[in-house]
Amino acid sequence: MKAPPFAYQRAESLERACALLAAHGSGARILAGGQSLIPTLNLRLSQPDLLIDISQIAGMRGIRVDGNEMVLGALTRHADIEHSASVKQHFPALAEAAAQIAHPAIRNRGTIGGSIALADPAAEWPAAALAFDMSITLASSRGERRVKADGFFTALFETGMAADEVLKSIQIPLPAAGACTSFGELTRRSGDYAIAGAFVNACKTGGKLSATRIAYFGVSTRPVLARGAMAALDGSSGDAAASAAAQACLEKDLSVIADLYNSPATKLHLSRVLLGRLLNKLLAPSAVKPA
Amino acid sequence: MTTEHIVNLTLNVNGESVSRAVEPRTHLIDFLRNDLGLTGSHTGCEHGVCGACTVLVDGEIVRGCLTLACQLQGAEVQTVEGLTESGAIADLQTAFHQRNALQCGYCTPGMLVCATALLNQKPHASREEIREYLSGNYCRCTGYEAIVDAIETTAKNRSAGKKLGAAANTTAKEAA
Repeated sequence: MKAPPFAYQRAESLERACALLAAHGSGARILAGGQSLIPTLNLRLSQPDLLIDISQIAGMRGIRVDGNEMVLGALTRHADIEHSASVKQHFPALAEAAAQIAHPAIRNRGTIGGSIALADPAAEWPAAALAFDMSITLASSRGERRVKADGFFTALFETGMAADEVLKSIQIPLPAAGACTSFGELTRRSGDYAIAGAFVNACKTGGKLSATRIAYFGVSTRPVLARGAMAALDGSSGDAAASAAAQACLEKDLSVIADLYNSPATKLHLSRVLLGRLLNKLLAPSAVKPA
Repeated sequence: MTTEHIVNLTLNVNGESVSRAVEPRTHLIDFLRNDLGLTGSHTGCEHGVCGACTVLVDGEIVRGCLTLACQLQGAEVQTVEGLTESGAIADLQTAFHQRNALQCGYCTPGMLVCATALLNQKPHASREEIREYLSGNYCRCTGYEAIVDAIETTAKNRSAGKKLGAAANTTAKEAA
């Protein structure tokens, strides 16, 4: 249960981290909060030659609003998001989700950038990235590029990041008038990975839902947008009939797989139950952002 | 492991500046226990599940087994030894003792450090909040009820003590 030997470099800037990563190739891993990476080292599931520590790079941790979007530095910690007044104001579902990630001691060090770069299908942030149409800014010695979260999560623990890229920041479009969101997850115990979890993000104007986005985590090999359910809800009032139609789409949408304790049938059932609850929560008058 | 892989580290532990050369793979908990001899914090599951290794880094609780010592250049670390010597948690420790909130004691240092952080953040934490905050610290003996009792008692005593202190100040001022 001790980590294998590895070399260590503390990068004092993002440019330095990119240069080190480019020089050392796939034998190097980026270390941010370490709350997922270090357990895999302890269990000897991974054995990098070099850890490039970005955790002390100035300016990569923090939350700000820039024009029409919120920008989160990659090193922003789960606890920062949980307690941010700005996040609570614009994205209450994200603050709520942050409080469900593991336990306080882990939220104090784990980062949103690390979580999205790792792409654990059971984690909250990759699904949030899909539901809130987030963009991800990646840096390398070749320059920067900005990609959409939709399409970023390509397979189990795999993303569209190149081997020499470092996740720099995350951008979230600010909610429009009529925006309504809800979040929920079903767990055996507080802090456990969810059996099923989801974010719903929609716009309600004139009694009709539009631009509905529903993203699930903990049910498949990657975070997944429930596209059929989203289409079923768009244009509806989100009433019981629309909810049932959306729930009926989930089997096709989610490609549910088993976990250690629950069969695909159980997880699909719970995914449907969760969607029903989240739609009720979504349409509560207090959940809709006033025009 | 060649010497180029050794990291020279200076940090503050329980109020004292400490400098050591560490292997990068050394976890904070092993650094505290093996390099510094501070064996109050315990090594449990070593993959972030049990909370026995909980310590404070820059005033916030972290997992000692999920933090590399070499990441803590310039950090301030507090362990159960430091909290005990300063007397900061004497009331909490007394409450644990009185309520029999420990049996084998293995989880206790982590519980005390975790409770310290909670009471700093939420001095009036409810039982629900205490349970939620402690959810990452496992105890295999007590069933948690006595631990929650002890922390709740400490929260109540501290807020009552502050009120008494404030009342005494008012009286003193009035008398003057």
